[in-house]
Formats: sequence, C-alpha cells, structure tokens
Amino acid sequence: MAKGEIAKFDFERCKGCRLCIAHCPKGALAVSEVPNAKGHFPVVMADASKCTGCGICALVCPDCGITFVCVAAAEEEAKK
Amino acid sequence: MQERSTRPHSLKDTVTHYCPGCGHGIAHRLLAESIDELGIAERTIGIAPVGCAVWAYYYLDFDMVEVAHGRAPAVATGLKRARPDTVVFSYQGDGDLASIGTAEIIHAANRGERITVIFVNNGVYGMTSGQMAPTTLVGQKTSTTPLGRDPQVAGYPMHVCELLSQLRGCVYAARAALSSPANIRTAKKYILRALGTQLDELGFSIVELLSPCPTYWRMEPAQAMEHINEHVVAEFPLGEIKTPDSGEAEGIGAGAGAEATLCVRS
Amino acid sequence: MKVKAASAQLFSGNEALGEAAIRAGCDCYYGYPITPQNELTAYMSARMPEEGRVFLQAESELAAINMVFGSSSCGMRAMTSSSSPGISLKQEGISYLAGAELPAVIVNIARGGPGLGNISGAQGDYWQAVKGGGHGDYRTPVLAPASVQETVDLTGLAFDLADRYRTPVLILGDGYLGQMMEPVTFGDLSPASDLPAKDWALSGASGRPARLIRSLFMEGDSLEEHNLMLLERYKLIEEKETRWEGVDADGADVVMVAYGIPARICRSVIAEGAKRGMKLGMIRPISLWPFPAEPIRRAAERVKGVLVVEMSTGQMVEDVRLSVEGRCPVGLYGRTGGRLPKTDVILEECAKLAGK
Repeated sequence: MAKGEIAKFDFERCKGCRLCIAHCPKGALAVSEVPNAKGHFPVVMADASKCTGCGICALVCPDCGITFVCVAAAEEEAKK
Repeated sequence: MQERSTRPHSLKDTVTHYCPGCGHGIAHRLLAESIDELGIAERTIGIAPVGCAVWAYYYLDFDMVEVAHGRAPAVATGLKRARPDTVVFSYQGDGDLASIGTAEIIHAANRGERITVIFVNNGVYGMTSGQMAPTTLVGQKTSTTPLGRDPQVAGYPMHVCELLSQLRGCVYAARAALSSPANIRTAKKYILRALGTQLDELGFSIVELLSPCPTYWRMEPAQAMEHINEHVVAEFPLGEIKTPDSGEAEGIGAGAGAEATLCVRS
Repeated sequence: MKVKAASAQLFSGNEALGEAAIRAGCDCYYGYPITPQNELTAYMSARMPEEGRVFLQAESELAAINMVFGSSSCGMRAMTSSSSPGISLKQEGISYLAGAELPAVIVNIARGGPGLGNISGAQGDYWQAVKGGGHGDYRTPVLAPASVQETVDLTGLAFDLADRYRTPVLILGDGYLGQMMEPVTFGDLSPASDLPAKDWALSGASGRPARLIRSLFMEGDSLEEHNLMLLERYKLIEEKETRWEGVDADGADVVMVAYGIPARICRSVIAEGAKRGMKLGMIRPISLWPFPAEPIRRAAERVKGVLVVEMSTGQMVEDVRLSVEGRCPVGLYGRTGGRLPKTDVILEECAKLAGK
C-alpha cells in the first residue's frame, strides 16, 4: 500500500462481515449504527488517525469494498 | 478525491450474491489479480461450476462457460485440446470436484491436461443448504449429518491435493487457506505458480483453497476464519504438496506433441 | 490409411461414419469403448491425428459428452459416439448442449436394451432419442440412416444442421448398420457455405467483451423466454428439415412405416406382396425428429391400414398413431432383443390389414 493513504469504506457495498475489523492491526474500524440500503450494518472508519494504510482490510475483504485515498484528501473530505 | 481501487481489472464491479464473509469473494479477487498480473486475461476461458459460484461469470470478466455439476475438468479438456493457445481454468467447490466430479478431476489430472483448477474447499454444499461434502470434517454437523460426520457411515474427509499428486500428469498441487492476511497472500502466490505451470505447458495444476462458509458452519465470519486456522488446517495441511521442481514433472500430458493435435478456428 | 475420393469403396457403417465426419470437418472426437461401435472410435483414433484433429478416449461416456461441450463452446465441430447404455450416460450433457445452444453431433449405434441388454442392433432407443432422453424442454434433431451410404450423407448433414441451428444432433444407427459393409462414395461433405458465423464462441476476450455460454436462467421469466426462443427454432427445423422416403406409397393398400434396417426388410416385402396380389408401400422416416407426420397422415386417408415395423416392443408406433389420428387401423410388428423382423411375418401382418 502506498504511503500516506488511508482506507475508505463503501457503505452501500459492505455486507457487514467484519473481517476487516477482526484483522485491522490498529483497531481503527467500527460497525455503523445505521444500516445500509440492503440492511447490512457496514463497517466504517472509526478513527482515521489510527489507519496506516497497511491494506490488510482490503486483503481480507471479500467484496472489494475498500478503496484507498491519500490522507490529505481524506482530511479535506472529512471537514466537509 | 482520487481513490485507488482494490478491485482488479478482471473482476467486475458487480456486488456478489455471496454471503457476508464467504471465501468466494476473496478467491475470485485473487484469481482475477493473478490473471491480470500475468497479462493473460484476453486469452483466458473460465469454467463456472454448479454450486454457490455458479454465477462466477457475473463477477469474473473472462470468456466463461457454465457447465454441469462435476464435469468442469472434462469441459476444460475439450476447451484446451481444441484451443491450446488459451488459458483455461475451472473453478469448483468441494461437492462439484470431489463428489460428483471425482472421475473427471482424476482423469484430467492423469492426462496432464494443461489447465488450472481452483478448488474452493469449505467442507459443505453451500448452494443447496449445507449438506455433507467429501471434505466435511469428522464430527462436523451438516444438514445430512445432523449428529456429526461419522466415519463409520460416511468415511473420512477426502484429501484431493494428495490424491491428485500421486498422478504424474499433475505437476502442481498446493493448498492454501483464506483464513488470515498471511494465508491469503500465500494463496495468491500459489495461484500465480499454478497458472505459471499452465503457461509453461508442464501439465495439470490445482490450488485448493480452504474457505470459510460462515452460513453453514453457523459462525461469524471472523470466527469461521479462526475455525480454519484451528481445526480445518489440522485435517488439511497447507503448503505446496507437489511442484514441478520436485523432480517428477516431465512436461507430460496434453500438449506433448500438441503440434499434431492443434486445432484452432479463428 | 489412404481413402480415395471418387470411386466407391467398401466400408463398414462405423468406419464410413468416421470418415464422413472427418470430411465434414469434425475438429474433435471424444469416444469411449462400447460394442457395437468400437470400430468407429478406433478409426477416429488413427485418422483424426493424421488430419491434425483432436482425438481422445475419455474416461467415460459422460466425460466424452462434456469434452464435446467444451470443444463446441469454442466453436469446434465436435462429435462423440456410443451405444445405448452410453447414450443414457450422455443425456445430461445433451440437455446442457441444447440449453446452452451448442452444436454437436452424437452418434448412437444402438444395441439391445434395457440395461446391459445385448450387442445386437436394435431400435429400443427411439423414445430416448426423439422424446428427450435428457431433462427439460428441448427437442433433438434425429437422423436415421438405413444404409452405409446414407450414413455417410447424413453425417455431413448432421454437422450442418448442428451449426445452422445451434443444437445437438443425434445420428441413430444400430449395430447391424455399424457392422455391415457396403460400397460408399464420399461426395462433398464440407460445411455448407451459408452457415451462420459462430460469433458466440469462446476464445479469450481479446479486443471484445467477454462472452458467456450457459443454460441457467434464473431471473424472472428468462427461462420461459429462452425456451420459447428455442421452440421457434424447433418449429423452423420442423418446417425445413423433415426428411423421409416414400416407396410405392401412392396407390398402396397397406403402407409400412419403418426406419433403419427394418426399412430395408420392408422394402423387400413390397415385391413379395405384389406376388400375393397386395399393393404394399412404405414410408421411411429419415428424420425421426422432426417426424414426417404429414406424408403418413396423407397415406392414412387412402389406405386400408398402416403397419409399423420396428425392432422394439413399440416406440415409433406411437408417433405413427398420432400422425394417423384414427384415419385407419395401425398395426405393429415389433421385434425386440435385437432380433431382425421376418419378411413372412411382415407379409402376414400386411395381409391382415389389407383384409386378405
């Protein structure tokens, strides 16, 4: 994974399997309290400052639900 | 915002029908990544099984054919013999490959067909609601072994890689597990190597992937992966059971003298 | 193995069929040993590699039909052969070929059944051939040669029909036909010039979208739509590909209906009948599906009776009765177990129908 990237989770694509949470070495993730349109409770980034962009979440994700964005852009997005 | 996708080019954007935490999604991705990295997507033909992955063709962006239960290795033979210039893979579950398809897989391996088999072993029949499979563990409860698999009645779990490795035509047989980041990385390595043996025209290759089935194991997905690490691997050891370097592969099988049987229509 | 093109040569049915398939451009042949068609498999094992084509002895008839499925999927002319019990094993594959719209030629050199039966020629597979055999809503064109020459000609036709209509086609022979030797000439059996391009065939999606071959249609009405589409194609086949031969059928008192080897026996009965003052004729179906109902119906309007002669306990007779629709009596002389129908019995049965 490229430096300066963090994970971004596709809320509608996620099936809530939580494999990413189980394997995230930094405990950066959490389960959403609201479901998506399909009724799954997706995984969301709980604490972006903990994400190192290691890519393990994407490795275990069966649904390609994770993309990577550069940290700066993610921070910009979060401010909006 | 620029996003870097983790979806390989040969994996379509379609959300799959697989259960949350099912190993098929990971296996599909690894296979698509491998084919893309080898630059062979445009000459790949894939075979979808009967099983949960019957709709693999909705996700894998190759020329695909859906075939009868267990018959994939025979169909693969018909494809590869007719079009030796293509890369042929079959993608099969444990019921498809090790139960109804036992004759086909053994003979395709025995003939050394230049095909690569991705064998997804989750120890149950998923699509039909969780019946016993040849690879179900002793004591494992399924819809047809409600009291747990009894070897006196149903025999012991079948070790496909070991079985096929006895055949000279099988030049690569490896087993990996979709049960941890490290194991998943190893699984991809094995898939690349298996495809490599096909590209080198050495013979038959198979990668067995121990895969979680949270639904019919009645476990949470993360728990299912742990179950593989703690119990399934004890029955089905991981590793490269046979490789071309182990000295037994001699480039035999379909294709040796293939010039005489080449049959290509444009 | 040198084969002369123009002049007649003596060939057994099995080997003639093999040579005809090769000249029709059969790219891939997959077989399995079973009597009485082994000579065909053996012939292909020698000739196909000579022509740079694919030959493989599969591990079972079931594997062989699936190899045909694979080769057909990538646009090849693919063939398999077997005899009755092996054709039973192929039924799943034939259904899948039909559902996936894949061309293929399947040869049944039929023997006595049911079960292991015997190795004599017989006609107990009519229902299996014509009424499905495999599961689901499909039809299979079936061609029934009655001579070694016709076997050659119909083999070429079978490949063309398969490609033209994207369907498996069955050649229904029997052990007598497979073994007997007759002079044949191999005319031009190359593919017809107006066959549709195989723009559905798999070859690796290079420079084009990926293609899919399948027979699973789960979404909504999609299977109904698919099957209705197939039905329209079957209707077209019925319209254009019904084949039969009439022998002295016009003006006959009794018309015999027979296919394959029994038809040759019936043909010789016509002259015998004339000696006894009976005007006999024959309608010989060459395509068993589509069945030549129309000429049989027309004959039934004129004759005193129709006699079906077949080497079974009565299978084609039902289609004849459907065609006749009660216009005249339909008799059956069926001989099972691979025993040949006897001319004197055929004559007697005709006489009964003729009221003599």
